[in-house]
Amino acid sequence: MSRNTEVFVIGGGPAGLSAAHVAAKLGAKTLLVDDSARVGGQLIKQTHRFFGSSNRDAGIRGITIADKLQQDIKDVAARLTVLENTAAVGFYHNKEAGILSQNAYERVTYQAAIVCTGATENSLTFENNDLPGIYGAGGVQTLMNVHGIRPGQKILMVGSGNIGLIVSYQLIQAGVEVVGLVEGMPTIGGYLVHASKIRRLGVPIHTSHTILKALGTDGVEGAVLCRVDEKFQPVPNTEFEIKCDCICLAVGLTPLIDLFQQAQCRMVHVGELGGLVPLHDSSMRTTNPDIFVAGDASGIEEATTAILAGRIAGARAYEAVHGKSAEADAIVAEAREELRTLRSGSTGERIRWGRERVLKEAGEC
Amino acid sequence: MTSLRIEKHPVLSFPERRTVKFYFEGKEYQGFEGEPIAAALHAAGIKTLRHSPQKNRARGFFCAIGRCSSCIMKVDGQINTMTCITPLKEGMQVKMQKGHGYIKP
Amino acid sequence: MLKNDGIITPEELAPVLPPPARLEKGPVAIIECLQDIPCDPCVSACPTKAIKMKEGITDKPLLDFDACTGCGLCIARCPGLAIFVINMKHTPGMAMVSMSHELLPVPEKGQEVTALDRAGKVLGKVKVVRVINPPAYDRTAVVTVEVPAGQVNNIRAIRV
Repeated sequence: MSRNTEVFVIGGGPAGLSAAHVAAKLGAKTLLVDDSARVGGQLIKQTHRFFGSSNRDAGIRGITIADKLQQDIKDVAARLTVLENTAAVGFYHNKEAGILSQNAYERVTYQAAIVCTGATENSLTFENNDLPGIYGAGGVQTLMNVHGIRPGQKILMVGSGNIGLIVSYQLIQAGVEVVGLVEGMPTIGGYLVHASKIRRLGVPIHTSHTILKALGTDGVEGAVLCRVDEKFQPVPNTEFEIKCDCICLAVGLTPLIDLFQQAQCRMVHVGELGGLVPLHDSSMRTTNPDIFVAGDASGIEEATTAILAGRIAGARAYEAVHGKSAEADAIVAEAREELRTLRSGSTGERIRWGRERVLKEAGEC
Repeated sequence: MTSLRIEKHPVLSFPERRTVKFYFEGKEYQGFEGEPIAAALHAAGIKTLRHSPQKNRARGFFCAIGRCSSCIMKVDGQINTMTCITPLKEGMQVKMQKGHGYIKP
Repeated sequence: MLKNDGIITPEELAPVLPPPARLEKGPVAIIECLQDIPCDPCVSACPTKAIKMKEGITDKPLLDFDACTGCGLCIARCPGLAIFVINMKHTPGMAMVSMSHELLPVPEKGQEVTALDRAGKVLGKVKVVRVINPPAYDRTAVVTVEVPAGQVNNIRAIRV
C-alpha cells in the first residue's frame, strides 16, 4: 500500500500542525502523521497562560492554543490529510518514507518532508531511580491533565526550569501537595514569576541541592536530598529525608532525531539546544534538501517558537514543491521577526547562542 | 486512601466516561472505558506494573506516552503491550509480564 | 534573593512600589515582574495605557502610577500571575489586596481565608470582600481580601 503527497509532515505537535497548516493553505497537497491518538503534542497538557507577544497568543492558555491549531488544520482539510495513531518509521531513497498504523504498513512518496518529532524526557542518575512512582514531568502532566489522575498525594519535584516550576503549579491546582523542589544550580532556572507562584503557596525551593536516593521497595516512600557545592559535589553531612509518594523529574529534554539520522542529515551537537540536532539553515532546511525541521527536534525551546518555526518550514516546503511565492516569503519574514523578538533579552541568551551556532555551522557546510 | 482521580479542576473539565470492569492478576477492578490501562491501574492504587528481568526490581510507568517501554504488561494474552497508551476495554485481562515474555515462533 | 529561592526581598520590591502620596489616593497596581522575559499582555490589558515597555516585549513592564486607576483588569491577564492591586483607602488600619486565584475552591464574599506571604508563611486569617470570576477572565478569579494595613505588601496568596 502506498500514498503519494507533496508535503509530508511528521509529528502533530505545535510545530507540525503549524507547518501542515501553512503548507496546505499555500496550496500544497499535505499529509500529516502523528503517533498519538490525538494531535496537539505537549500543548494539550498546558493549562497555564502562555507568555510572548499579545499579537500572537500571549495570555492564552496552552490548551486553547491547541484548540485553535486543531481548528486551523480543519480549515484546510481539502488539501490536508491527517493520520493519527500513525508513526513514521523510516526514510528511504527516492523520497520515500514508511508509516505504520494499527499494524498496517504503508509507503509514502513525498516531495518535501518536515520532521517535527519533538523531544524525549531526560532521566537522572540517583540510587533507586527506577522505583515505581518516579515519573518524567511530561508523564505527570499527561496523567494529570489528560487522564484526570493525580500522580500521588505528596510529590517531590526535581528541576527548576520552566517545566519543573509550571508542573509544580499544575500539581497544586490538581490537589497534590508539592513537598519541595530540588535544583542543583545555585539559582532558579526558569522564569522567576513561576517560582514566586509556587513559593507563596508554600513550596520550598532547594537550590544547590540534589537528590541522592529514592526510598522505598515497591514504590516511592521518600527521598534523601543533600546540598551540593559549586562543583555539584554532595556536601558531607547535609543529607536530609523528605517524605513523598511520587518524584517528578523535570531535568531537561533531548531532541528526537532518529529520522534525521536515517535520512543522512548532518547532525551537530549543541548543548544549549539539548544535544544532537540536525544542521539546518534559517529556512529550517537540513543538509538533506528535501527535509525540513521545526520544533523541539531542532533544539529544545517552547511551543510559541515551535509554531513560528513550523510556519517557516511549511512555507519553504511549499516553495520546494511549487516554486517561489511572495505569500510564502511574507509568512517567513513575519515569523522570523517574531522569533527574534521572543528570543531577545537576557532570558533568551542561551537559546540565541545555540541557534546562532547552528546557523553558523550550516553556513560553513 | 483518598482517591487519586481528580473530581473537580480549576481549569480543566474531564469528559464523562463509562465505567468498565477489568482484571489485574485475576482480581476485578474498575476503570473508565478508553483510558490507558496504566492510568486505570494507577487510579486503583497499583503502581508496580512488572519486575525487571534480571534483578527483579519493581517497575512502573515513566513517560506515559509510549516511548520508554517501562509500562509493558501482558494484556489479553499479548505480551509487551505498552499499557500507558493502550485503551482499557470491558473485561480486559491484565497481567504482569514475566521477564522478557515469550513470543510464539 | 528572588533568583535563589523565589522570594522577592524588600530591596528587590522597592522599585515597583508606588510612592506613599499615590497610595493615599486609592487603589493602584503593583507589578511584581522583575525579570526581562518575553511577555506583554499587561500592556494591552490596561484601559488607561498605564503600563509601558520601553523597547520590545522583553522589557520589564513600567507602570505609570498616576495613570493607573487600580481597576485590576491586568491581574487576570498576566501569565505570571504577578500583578496585585492594593488599596490603602479603607477603614482605618485596614487595606485591601486583590490577587489572582486559580485554585479550588474559589472563595465566596464574606468568607474567611488564610493569608500567606511570598514565602508561603501563614500571616493570619483575612476576610474576602470581593470575588470576580467572569468568563472573560478565562478561569482566573480575582479575589480581594481585607488585610491589616501594615501587611498590604506582604500578603500575596490565600489558602481557602
